[in-house]
Amino acid sequence: MSNWFSRLVTGLSKTSNKLVTGITDILTKRKLDDAVLTELEDLLLTADLGTETAGKLTQSLAKTRFGKEVTDEEVREAFAVDIARVLEPVARPLSIDPTARPFVILMVGVNGAGKTTTIGKLAKMIAAEGRSLSLVAGDTFRAAAVEQLRVWGARVNVPVIAGAENADSAGLAFDALMQAKKRGDDVLLIDTAGRLQNKDQLMLELQKVGRVLKKVDPDAPHAVLLVLDATVGQNAHAQVEAFKAMVGVTGLVMTKLDGTAKGGVVVALAEKFGLPLHFIGVGEGVDDLRPFTARSFARSLMGLSPEG
Amino acid sequence: MFDALTEKLGSALSKLTRRGALTEADVTAAMREVRVALLEADVALPVVKDFIAKVTEKAVGESVIKSVTPGQMVVKIVHDELVTMLGGDPNSQEMPTLGGAGIDLAAPVPVGVLMVGLQGSGKTTTTAKIAKRLQEKERKRVLLVSLDTYRPAAQEQLAILGRQVNVVTLPIVAGEKPEAIARRGLDEARKGGFDVVIYDTAGRLTIDDAMMGEVETVRDIVKPHETLLVTDAMIGQDAVVTAKSFNEKIGITGIVLTRVDGDARGGAALSMRAVTGRPIKLIGVGEKVDALDTFDANRIAGRILGMGDIVSLVEKAAANIDHEKAEKLAARMQEGKFDLNDMLSQLQQIQRMGDMKGLLGLIPGIGAAVKQIDQSKLDPKAFKRQEAIIQSMTPKERRVPDLIKASRKQRIALGSGVTVADVNKLLKQHQQMESVMKRMKKMGGLGALLGGGGMPGMGGMPKMPGGMPGRGGFPFGKR
Repeated sequence: MSNWFSRLVTGLSKTSNKLVTGITDILTKRKLDDAVLTELEDLLLTADLGTETAGKLTQSLAKTRFGKEVTDEEVREAFAVDIARVLEPVARPLSIDPTARPFVILMVGVNGAGKTTTIGKLAKMIAAEGRSLSLVAGDTFRAAAVEQLRVWGARVNVPVIAGAENADSAGLAFDALMQAKKRGDDVLLIDTAGRLQNKDQLMLELQKVGRVLKKVDPDAPHAVLLVLDATVGQNAHAQVEAFKAMVGVTGLVMTKLDGTAKGGVVVALAEKFGLPLHFIGVGEGVDDLRPFTARSFARSLMGLSPEG
Repeated sequence: MFDALTEKLGSALSKLTRRGALTEADVTAAMREVRVALLEADVALPVVKDFIAKVTEKAVGESVIKSVTPGQMVVKIVHDELVTMLGGDPNSQEMPTLGGAGIDLAAPVPVGVLMVGLQGSGKTTTTAKIAKRLQEKERKRVLLVSLDTYRPAAQEQLAILGRQVNVVTLPIVAGEKPEAIARRGLDEARKGGFDVVIYDTAGRLTIDDAMMGEVETVRDIVKPHETLLVTDAMIGQDAVVTAKSFNEKIGITGIVLTRVDGDARGGAALSMRAVTGRPIKLIGVGEKVDALDTFDANRIAGRILGMGDIVSLVEKAAANIDHEKAEKLAARMQEGKFDLNDMLSQLQQIQRMGDMKGLLGLIPGIGAAVKQIDQSKLDPKAFKRQEAIIQSMTPKERRVPDLIKASRKQRIALGSGVTVADVNKLLKQHQQMESVMKRMKKMGGLGALLGGGGMPGMGGMPKMPGGMPGRGGFPFGKR
């Protein structure tokens, strides 16, 4: 347990150091006035929380502590509590229904978000739970995407189903689901090509993948996971909105949380959409996929010890 | 989700009457809105602050030109400063040149180009696009070298892309380290008489010292003439941290912004330019290997401010229009002729351009107005209905609309499933368009080839809200 916490802390602390230094700079016991509040709001903005959420959080702080002498520690604790409260309802694990055979998971997202890498890590996690599964190389567009997934399949010892180059991804998904069903697999993990959410044609193509899966199993896909890059800014709102409308996203995964990016946009996303955030990616290794925990994320974001 | 800045400023400044000059209080009120707009466009906070200080200084005391509102005046000042900070000339009349590669090749051959960036920013695709452009447009012999030994199949990806664009890639040797590949690439480029060699590197985080050390070593081996930082246009506040550290640790000569074809506002462009002082050389505008443009500050500035992107509008229109039909239509319009057949073909052209709402959003100043337009007016079905009405007419009626009297109207309405009133509306619209054509002929010029007569179906569009420039009076319509 302490191991993954410490990883999260190292990952996130790199990101939150600046934020914390910032808060410390503003407040080493100062009176919480409008000027200080503006500065605090600015700091939340630099973590991509967005103007609306940052405004709300500072307002909430002002309500209880305005005019009082505060220390940076207090402010951080207070922010962490508020952020955790927002995130708590969305910190839900991905639950795989064992009666669905197979339980179909569709991975979607914009280009370069980290879908394929996440599938590799997720496959290892699912296989470790003793479930049988296969991967579908549904990104038939990008050069060597199939090859990339094959390498991951070999790495985690899970079979990969692939079609011919530039094959129709919906057809491939259909065939793969038929096969998996026949074999009685527990899980089918389908990769898709990255696409920008404003490309209508590509979004319709993705919708078609969902539609043909339903021909085999009316409940499929059982989970549609939208992969978001932690460096993403306010465009994340548009991404969630569009993918949700087109393929009924059921949950989020946030990747690359090991960098300088803070992923603060998830706080705003949680408020607005309430979609479960199942996992966070904290590195390129096969074990670097973690369940999302609201409190430790919020505390780490504010540079506090996650378990304190 | 994002309101046009003009609208916001309009409301912030609505209390102001047209006075002689902008006071400090006016400007401060306006700057609060500018600040929010820039932050929502993902411009990094320190850059926003700096920007606002500069604009405030310029705007205070500026006299408001008679024909514009204070809000418009402020937007113009903001826009011009933004263009300047992005490295452009706000008064430039020129359309962006789409030919040049934006890459500096003024160095002894083989000229080295090093591509760096975070994971998933689009380095490999961009590498192939640049190679294609240099080889085809500038007639250079290009060698591609992948140093990404980390991400599975990354080297294969570049090899496949190389084949697609007919550019040579350095053969892959399994297990070879990036430094060794770089040396082999340089060697091969010298021996093989290549003009340019582009090194694609693995995505890396700037806080990863080992990985940053590796790319420093590579830089010292290949001594690149250009080092390009590739960044995704969707990146948030982290843009400034990333750009700064890559610049400090590796030393970049330019920036490539990818996925500009998405709907992100692209504030990162401003942040990165501001913190590194390096130009944004190229932008990626699609997944195809030729989807690479030179950077145009005016375009991106308008986009960051949510003022629409007129150039994209024109390009989108140009890409989808049926040229033959358009030319025929134009020729007839030149003669002052415009019958219902012409209207039909214009209707069809407009539908081909795709989603009306998306299209309207690209028109400067109109973004906010779109929301207020009666939904049915934007409904693509409205065009379909109009199409159906014309298609229910005989060829003769289409040529000579004057023939259409009461009983014919009834037949047409029945045939197209609409009311006589709808038929009348369409005929009236046609009349208006026809008279515009005639006037244009008289004036002798045919300024607007496409949809010059105003788009049918938009007749009922409400007037712009107060404080918004009308399409004609847009203060920076010089583009």
